[in-house]
Amino acid sequence: MMLANLLGLLNVDSFRHDIIQNVGVGIMTLSIFFASLALTYFRKWKWLFGEWLSSLDHKKIGVMYIIVAVLMLSKAGFDALLMRTQQSLSVGNNHGILASQHYQQIFSSHGTTMIFFAAMGLMFGIINLAVPILIGTRDVAFPWLNSVSFWLFVSGMILLNTSLAIGDFSGAGWLAYPPLSELQFSPTVGVDYWIWSLQIAGVGSLLSGINFIVTILKKRAIGMNLMKMPMFVWSVLGSMTLVVFAFPVLTATITLLYLDRLLGAHFFTAGGGGNPMMYVNLIWAWGHPEVYILILPAFGIFSEIVATFSKKKLFGYTSMVWAIWAIVILSFTVWLHHFFTMGAGADVNGFFGIMTMIIAIPTGVKIFNWLFTMFRGKITFSAPMIWFVGFILLFSIGGVAGVLLAVPPADFQLHNSLFLVAHFHSMIVSGVLFGYFAGIVYWFPKFSGIKLNERLGKIAAYFWILGFIVAFVPLYALGIMGATRRMDHYSPSMGWQPLFIVAGVGVLIIGLGLLSLVLQVLYSIYKHIENRDRTGDPYDGRTLEWSIPSPAPSYNFSILPIVKKTDDFWEAKQEKRSRDLAYKDISLPKNSYIGLIVSAGAFALGFGAVWHILWLSIIGLLVIVVSVIVRTLDEDTEYTISKEKLILDDIQFYGEGK
Amino acid sequence: MKLTRVLFLVSLPIIFIASIIFYVSHQNAQVFNTAGTIAKDEKNLILFSMFLSLFVLVPVYLMLILFSVKYRASNKSSKYSPNFSHSRTVESIWWTIPTILIVILSVVTWRSSHQLDPYKKIDSNVKPINIQVVALDWKWLFIYPDKSIASINSINIPINTPINFELTSDAPMNSFWVPQLSGQIYTMPGMSTKLSILSDKKGSYSGRSANISGRGFAGMLFSVNVVSNSEYNNWIKSTKSSTKVLNDRSYETLSKPTENVQPFTYSFVSADLYKNILGKYTLSDNNMSKVMGM
Repeated sequence: MMLANLLGLLNVDSFRHDIIQNVGVGIMTLSIFFASLALTYFRKWKWLFGEWLSSLDHKKIGVMYIIVAVLMLSKAGFDALLMRTQQSLSVGNNHGILASQHYQQIFSSHGTTMIFFAAMGLMFGIINLAVPILIGTRDVAFPWLNSVSFWLFVSGMILLNTSLAIGDFSGAGWLAYPPLSELQFSPTVGVDYWIWSLQIAGVGSLLSGINFIVTILKKRAIGMNLMKMPMFVWSVLGSMTLVVFAFPVLTATITLLYLDRLLGAHFFTAGGGGNPMMYVNLIWAWGHPEVYILILPAFGIFSEIVATFSKKKLFGYTSMVWAIWAIVILSFTVWLHHFFTMGAGADVNGFFGIMTMIIAIPTGVKIFNWLFTMFRGKITFSAPMIWFVGFILLFSIGGVAGVLLAVPPADFQLHNSLFLVAHFHSMIVSGVLFGYFAGIVYWFPKFSGIKLNERLGKIAAYFWILGFIVAFVPLYALGIMGATRRMDHYSPSMGWQPLFIVAGVGVLIIGLGLLSLVLQVLYSIYKHIENRDRTGDPYDGRTLEWSIPSPAPSYNFSILPIVKKTDDFWEAKQEKRSRDLAYKDISLPKNSYIGLIVSAGAFALGFGAVWHILWLSIIGLLVIVVSVIVRTLDEDTEYTISKEKLILDDIQFYGEGK
Repeated sequence: MKLTRVLFLVSLPIIFIASIIFYVSHQNAQVFNTAGTIAKDEKNLILFSMFLSLFVLVPVYLMLILFSVKYRASNKSSKYSPNFSHSRTVESIWWTIPTILIVILSVVTWRSSHQLDPYKKIDSNVKPINIQVVALDWKWLFIYPDKSIASINSINIPINTPINFELTSDAPMNSFWVPQLSGQIYTMPGMSTKLSILSDKKGSYSGRSANISGRGFAGMLFSVNVVSNSEYNNWIKSTKSSTKVLNDRSYETLSKPTENVQPFTYSFVSADLYKNILGKYTLSDNNMSKVMGM
């Protein structure tokens, strides 16, 4: 009896699952087991913790973000494969491989994982890798906070995946609309897992947002005024501004939902004075800006790539900046277009429809500016440029589909259909993911010192583009044929089955694309000797990151650069400007395990909250508070690199006397 | 890359998309294969927006292909201007053109939002029929308040007659969608939404819930049978002669979760049922005491 109380809602049944889930848990457990075995065999535990997990170096944190995000991308991609398999089989008398509740958990987990842990993870990974070097500084404004953000992200990720092994996950979709997500209709802990993994990761995102705004505003190189920043940095500033304004809304909204479920409050319940429509408004007040949080950095990455590989200045710099800020502001004025079908009335629907379309103007301007950057350039079609071409081809279609959906009466017919699903995957896959992949490939030499294999890189991009077309064009068609999203079963008379099968083949092709991307990285690392980037400037680049050695040293810049123009490194090369050799000692943050400990505390807090184990939550909270206090009192957080060491490093790279 | 290879790569997706379009055109593309006035207007609106979007897509694609070929590094004959990064004229053009397109579409949006407002009653000389719709776990209850009959997962409506739906939910949120007749509208507990349709083509049209509502969601299918006036009157008569009655007690049984329910009818419905279902969720003193456990 005592024990039962101590464990809250947790009991033996929480560990019983069907065969597919057991296989998933098995794969996860085995991977962890073999990874541990390998670490022990190669005696790398100390290296893992000492060099990586405790690192406050923004580049290492960036790499860790990307590794976690790619794992989550694969896992959620596997979810997608399961979904399409079910939909290809479950017709008429056949009910496929998944029970409906399990199917619903899988699409909920697919969406949640993709947005919060794949896309957001890749985004923060790339921002961490690139932003400080692009603005000519040695670290982010708050390096330790950066590590806390990352570890909260990991903690949320682990909590979400724990739901596979212990208990179940929410089946209420990636945004968990009440009243379905309320206790009355979702009595298991699934929705609580959803709430707490988002809650923890969301706080991490908010902290990162603040960190990068301060970094960009306060830590730029001397001479780099705002209008001389690389476009990627502008896009990150826009995106992080959105994070800071939008994420508190998410935190508050899902806290209210949790109070409904835990204490029987009636914020969003059906009845008892609750109003589910309020939740739908609030969640989209975060949810719509979230889309732009993800896409803006991708726009920024493409701006850098197009200029570099066209060997030309980015066209319409000022236009681009204005376009970003127009998008930032407008993205807060369109949330209602996600529920035109709620019956808000013609004036309200009309207004939000028009506001939504207005966003297409700055986005269109950006596309034309990229194209005109190519005009009269000297374009090399390296792998990042292939991603760019794929992006323009597919994102444009998704964009005009979005404008179409912004017309309320058209939306009445296409909302919640697979047409809508195809539209937002056009934005998130061929916009966001293509951008991030291009960014990782583009900056890979800078943080690893290794140039990636071009051939495999192009094959990966072709697979993704082709796979995207095969997986999502049928979905546009299915929407027109009246197929709704989230169905686990349908009648053969609808004629949908062949298209679902084709879409499933598309998922497999995308899978080949992901495999080629991973292969590209592994093969290039395997052949690292011939692929080494000795110049630090493999593409004849334009911005500051190419002025330093590859891989970037822990301190990034031995001498902090002084910027005179936009694309300063390019200009410096044209003018044959030489560096001012004013070496000084450098202070850098020491590694710290406290981020890891905060993350463990957050996990305990979340797990306790999910299972109603009060003591565990209290311990988790105490761990967080105490760790933060301990860190605050620690005065000895930096180490020094002497200028002699810097000079030696530089001689090795630049040669004597430069 | 060789030109033949590029052409091959480009032709693959085009053939693929063409075959998808070919397939769909030989199937029941419900959104385009309309049988109602509202659905028809909505289809035309979709087609118009698609047409308008060509004015952006075509130039973007043409420029992408042209610039990629002409300004590739291996083509030494093309002009190279590394510092050409600003032109007031050119940039004005692409702030202006999308703006013009969006202004056109905004006018269309504003007008169509009002014309096709689901709450707007359809103009017609024929007297409209009222139908109340309740989304339950996991089936649809249709009440004909003027005839005091009800049916589950299937309704008959007469051709060329405006139908005024009032919709709510006694379950999680659902969305009521019959693509061939009109766009969808949410059904929500404690809330009453409206939708008016008029069908001008006899036939049986499939409807479904478009918003996830739990375990039996995929089975929330229903059919709307558009019939002649005499067939409709006969249906009412035969329904009235069946035995099932829907009162508070039988409603309680009905509202319990069931899946994949086959259609059936009720010969009599108590007059206030819809109002009572809505009232369950509003805060009266009586409900409040239930909520607070007093």
